[in-house]
Formats: sequence, structure tokens, C-alpha cells
Amino acid sequence: MQTRTNEDWLSDLRGDNQDQAIEDLRRVLKRGLIYALSSRIQTDLETQVDDFVQDAILRILDKMGTFRGESKFTTWAQKVAVRVAFTEMRRQRWKDISIEDLMPEDSGDFTPMVLSDPSPDPEKRASQTIMLEMVDEMLKNDLTDRQRTALMAVMHGGMPLEEVARRMDTNRNALYKLLHDARKQMRSGLIEKGLTAQEVLEVFENG
Amino acid sequence: MKLSSETIRKMMNSVKSTRDQELTCGLCYDELDLFIEMKLSGKNADEAMPLVKEHLDRCAACREEYEFLLLALEAMVQ
Repeated sequence: MQTRTNEDWLSDLRGDNQDQAIEDLRRVLKRGLIYALSSRIQTDLETQVDDFVQDAILRILDKMGTFRGESKFTTWAQKVAVRVAFTEMRRQRWKDISIEDLMPEDSGDFTPMVLSDPSPDPEKRASQTIMLEMVDEMLKNDLTDRQRTALMAVMHGGMPLEEVARRMDTNRNALYKLLHDARKQMRSGLIEKGLTAQEVLEVFENG
Repeated sequence: MKLSSETIRKMMNSVKSTRDQELTCGLCYDELDLFIEMKLSGKNADEAMPLVKEHLDRCAACREEYEFLLLALEAMVQ
């Protein structure tokens, strides 16, 4: 495979040499994804990677105009391929799970919440219960329904942002902003109570 | 399902690391190829691009993609 500069890649992918450039790019991306995903995908690795690479090449050809030239073209292209692969893997992994599945049982009014790993120390247990009720109140009173749903899906349910976003009819960026606002709200709520997140954390430290 | 101490810890850690100005996932993604090349060339990317570093520390999905991109790029130089 010939060595190309960024300019060579761009002109070849746009010009008469497109077929050869696409095949060369396909080899580069496939090699990278096979290596990176071999620990993650147990069956049909090559077939799945071929599909990811095909989708990535279409995306790269479509988005080539946004390449700023601050890195090697192949680094940028591999970044696109990794994003394509993870978007699809996450979609598959979470396809049968709704946001409602991830909410605590009593999410209607968010009470009662019970510690799943109570401390044997009664004093610490009492402090944890007080803090838990306070966090419960903050979730209920300081956040909007959308903020609370998104926060619980991500923090409690462990669902990736783009999967939560898809289910909430928004996108990953907008969801990040929603959660950023929620975190700022919670930070302000703690300050109003004369607390910091670190102080709450210390109450929930193990041991 | 009950809210666990682990969830409270996750929430408080995320509140603790909250900054007034943060990169969104999209802006982090835009900078990721430059950030990763600085890392691979031994430059102090964390210091040069602190908002990217902070976003990767905070966002599990972006961090996962970053880690796998590093692996994929390793294969390209072999």
C-alpha cells in the first residue's frame, strides 16, 4: 500500500484514484478495529468489523470536508470507525432495554430508597440514611423530570449516553448538556445545605 | 431495584468534578484525534488540552471510545 500524506488521501478519495484509496483505507481501518475489538467481540469478529468498516467509509466520505488536518488523516478516519463500531455495539447491547427498566422500583415518588449495602456501624448507617433522604429530596425537588430520568438511566442503570438520548428523542450532545445542568443544580443544592459532594462521599465510603 | 451506595457515590463523584464550563461529547470528539496524537508522540496532552482530559475522565462513553481508538492506532503502527 502506498504511503499518503493527508493531502494525498483527500485528493485520492475525491478523485480518479478513489477505488484504490477506499480499498487502502478499508485495510487500515479493518486492521485497527480487528486488533482493538478482538477482546470485546467473541463471535464473527471479522464479519462484524467488515460491516463497521463499510459504514465508517460511507461516513468518512460524507464528512471528509470536516477534517481539519490537525492530525493524520488515518487517525481521524480511525476515530470515525471506532465511533461507528461503538454506536452499533451499544445499540445491540441495549436494544431490548427501556429507560423504565432502569428506574428504581419506586421511581414514581422516588421513595422509599433503601441502602443495598448497609454499614454495620449504627452511627454511620444513620448518617447514610440522612444523606440518602437528602439526595432523594434533591432528585425529587431540584431536578426536572427529564433531568431526573436521564441521571437515573446513566448513573443507576449504566446506560450509555447515546442510548439514553435515543430513547428520550434527543442527541448525545443535548443530553450531556441536560446532565451538566442537573449536576450543577445538585452542586448548588448541596451548597445551600452547607455541604459539598466530597462530604457526602465521605459518609458513603466503604469500611 | 433500590438505589445503592454505589449509585450515590457515582452521583457525588460526578457532582464533585462538575465545572461551569465543560466540553460536550461532540466538542471532545472533534479534538480527540489531535489529543491522541499528542499522547502517542509523548507530549503532555493533558496539560495542553485540559478540557478534553476532564471530559474523558467524566464521560464513560467517550473514555471507552478513546481507549479503543488508542488500541486501534497501536495496530496501525505495528
